Amino acid sequence: MDLLYKPWPWYVAGPIIGLTVPLLLWMGNKRLGISSTLRHICAACAAAKIPLFSYDWKKEIWSLFFAGGLLLGGIIGGWIFSNPNPVAISSKTVEYFSSFGITQQNGLMPEEIFNWQTLLSLKGFLLMIVGGFFVGFGTRYAQGCTSGHGILGLSALQWPSLVATASFFIGGILFAHFVLPLILSL
Amino acid sequence: MKNLGYLFVGIVFGLALTKGEAISWYRIQEMFRFESFHMFGIFMTAVPVGAISIYLLKKFNIKTLEGEKIEKTKKDFHPGIIIGSLIFGFGWALTGACPGPLYAQIGSGSVVTIATLLAAILGTWTFGRIQHLLPGHR
Repeated sequence: MDLLYKPWPWYVAGPIIGLTVPLLLWMGNKRLGISSTLRHICAACAAAKIPLFSYDWKKEIWSLFFAGGLLLGGIIGGWIFSNPNPVAISSKTVEYFSSFGITQQNGLMPEEIFNWQTLLSLKGFLLMIVGGFFVGFGTRYAQGCTSGHGILGLSALQWPSLVATASFFIGGILFAHFVLPLILSL
Repeated sequence: MKNLGYLFVGIVFGLALTKGEAISWYRIQEMFRFESFHMFGIFMTAVPVGAISIYLLKKFNIKTLEGEKIEKTKKDFHPGIIIGSLIFGFGWALTGACPGPLYAQIGSGSVVTIATLLAAILGTWTFGRIQHLLPGHR
């Protein structure tokens, strides 16, 4: 039973993530990608005659089912069978977090900063609203995210996806080192 | 009925992301600080498994369930890929989430992440609205 609650090592999680690529292709020529679901939601709810959202989103409904599966996967793996122990991150990272008063590593998200009270503060607004906006804006501009470019695009040996993935990391490294510490100090 | 199949693959993908802790804000910070191999290990196994699978599908001329030819995946380059990817990277470092993990984070009990998801939808919508003004768009 213990096995259901334990986190999976990278060499188990990674190959399973990789196998979704051929599985989706085999099931119906579907390409792994999640950022497109954000586009479909826009097309379904607020197309507003914007060219990017003027298409028949119902033809892409499979990806909304796929996203629903992601939500369920999160419920099963992160809530019903959640890991009772703190995330086993390196002691260096623990030290870094504690210097900003983030002392708990239970669950997958730091509840000390990702909660409804901080959402209404400048810190939470920058982390969740501005951060989320960047995710949605940037992935559409780049026409793909970590799954569409980072997993599928690289698996299909597409060099533009390598440029994209390298840029994801450059942006992330810059913000994680120079901007996040400023926000966490707020 | 077929859509239930995609739902099922989504559950498996979501479980791997969640149990592999790839949706964890802590793990994403650790990755960007190069303080553990964990996340890099996930990428370095997922991509070769995907690449070998695509190669085998092609080599053995595997058809889809409905007997169609599997189409080639092609990603075209445009300068917006660089600009957009950098912006997404900024957001990834702040939220600890790519679009996929956003759904899984909400499922894992971080209900407040619904706000992050709504902001991401607004970001996508805003891109569509101002796309014609931006450099490097297609």
